[in-house]
Amino acid sequence: MAQPEVKNETMSKFVKKPREAPAINTSSLPDIIFILLFFFMVATRMRETDIKVKQDLPKATEMEKLEKKDLLSYIYIGAPGERLQKELGTAPRLQLNDQLADVEDIAEFIDAEKAKMPDENRSKIIIALKVDKDVNVGIITDVKIELRKSNALKLTYITTQKVEK
Amino acid sequence: MAKSGKKSPEINASSMADIAFLLLIFFLVTTEIAIDEGITVTLPPYTDTPPPPVESNDRNTLTVNVNSRDQLQVEEEVTEVRELRAITKRFINNNGADPSFSDSPQEAIVSFKGDRGTSYDMYINVYNELRASYNDLRDEASTRKFGKPFGDLIDTTQINEIKDMYPIRISEAEPTDFGAAGG
Repeated sequence: MAQPEVKNETMSKFVKKPREAPAINTSSLPDIIFILLFFFMVATRMRETDIKVKQDLPKATEMEKLEKKDLLSYIYIGAPGERLQKELGTAPRLQLNDQLADVEDIAEFIDAEKAKMPDENRSKIIIALKVDKDVNVGIITDVKIELRKSNALKLTYITTQKVEK
Repeated sequence: MAKSGKKSPEINASSMADIAFLLLIFFLVTTEIAIDEGITVTLPPYTDTPPPPVESNDRNTLTVNVNSRDQLQVEEEVTEVRELRAITKRFINNNGADPSFSDSPQEAIVSFKGDRGTSYDMYINVYNELRASYNDLRDEASTRKFGKPFGDLIDTTQINEIKDMYPIRISEAEPTDFGAAGG
């Protein structure tokens, strides 16, 4: 309360009426932040796994949106991340859930994923392959053979949108 | 001040923003933006017997091969990826006109074969172009018949009609194994 008076004295040449320093009204700030928060809550989903392999997805144009998220099971393929390369080298590896795995582990993984689903959905399982673009097709072929053996025949290659020139 | 007035005490809401910020940052860190879009394929069931070899000189089969150096070959001719879509569309929609191309879209099969050493990027590129040829043809047919692209059709009978006109028949052969060791 004392501040405006001091100000009035020093600024009397310029300011005619005594005026209080305007306080910035911050009462709507929480609302703005809440709107941002809600946006992020709606537009994003929880990070389920910590991805340990390199993931630079190829670009394509003919993708479909994957609407039934509960049917999806992810298989990540790529060279191990930079921190892991010292131990594991740069040969592409699979990641199932949170750990690096080999092609032989897929059958078990599919069984585990199917067991998590309700009965009526088990045959509709969709395998989403997130594969780094530097990987060779060989390992993907091996994965596909394993998937066919485990009777998980619906497959989708996750790609990013290519900007058409 | 508090004693003189009988105003109800104001709740200090200035920390509300901080709380909201904390929540916001928590969500920023623990979530990711959903970007799940993909090219969906259906695999054939597993059998021990190898599939019958594709007759490459059959007019109803378009052979698309990619080698371990990511070079593309269509019907024995080296081709660029950007030309692939036009060739595939012409092949599918030939309806018997050109003797080296298909009799009808229903009989046309695109046979795609990679090598174990082909890069995934190239593989997706080629596969995407093959899919795009079919999608283009479906769009064209749908626009001609119903006045809107295939993706905007709602009526299932219309969708099925277009699907029957251009059934997607891309067969994937087991990749060759010439260049995997080097790659």
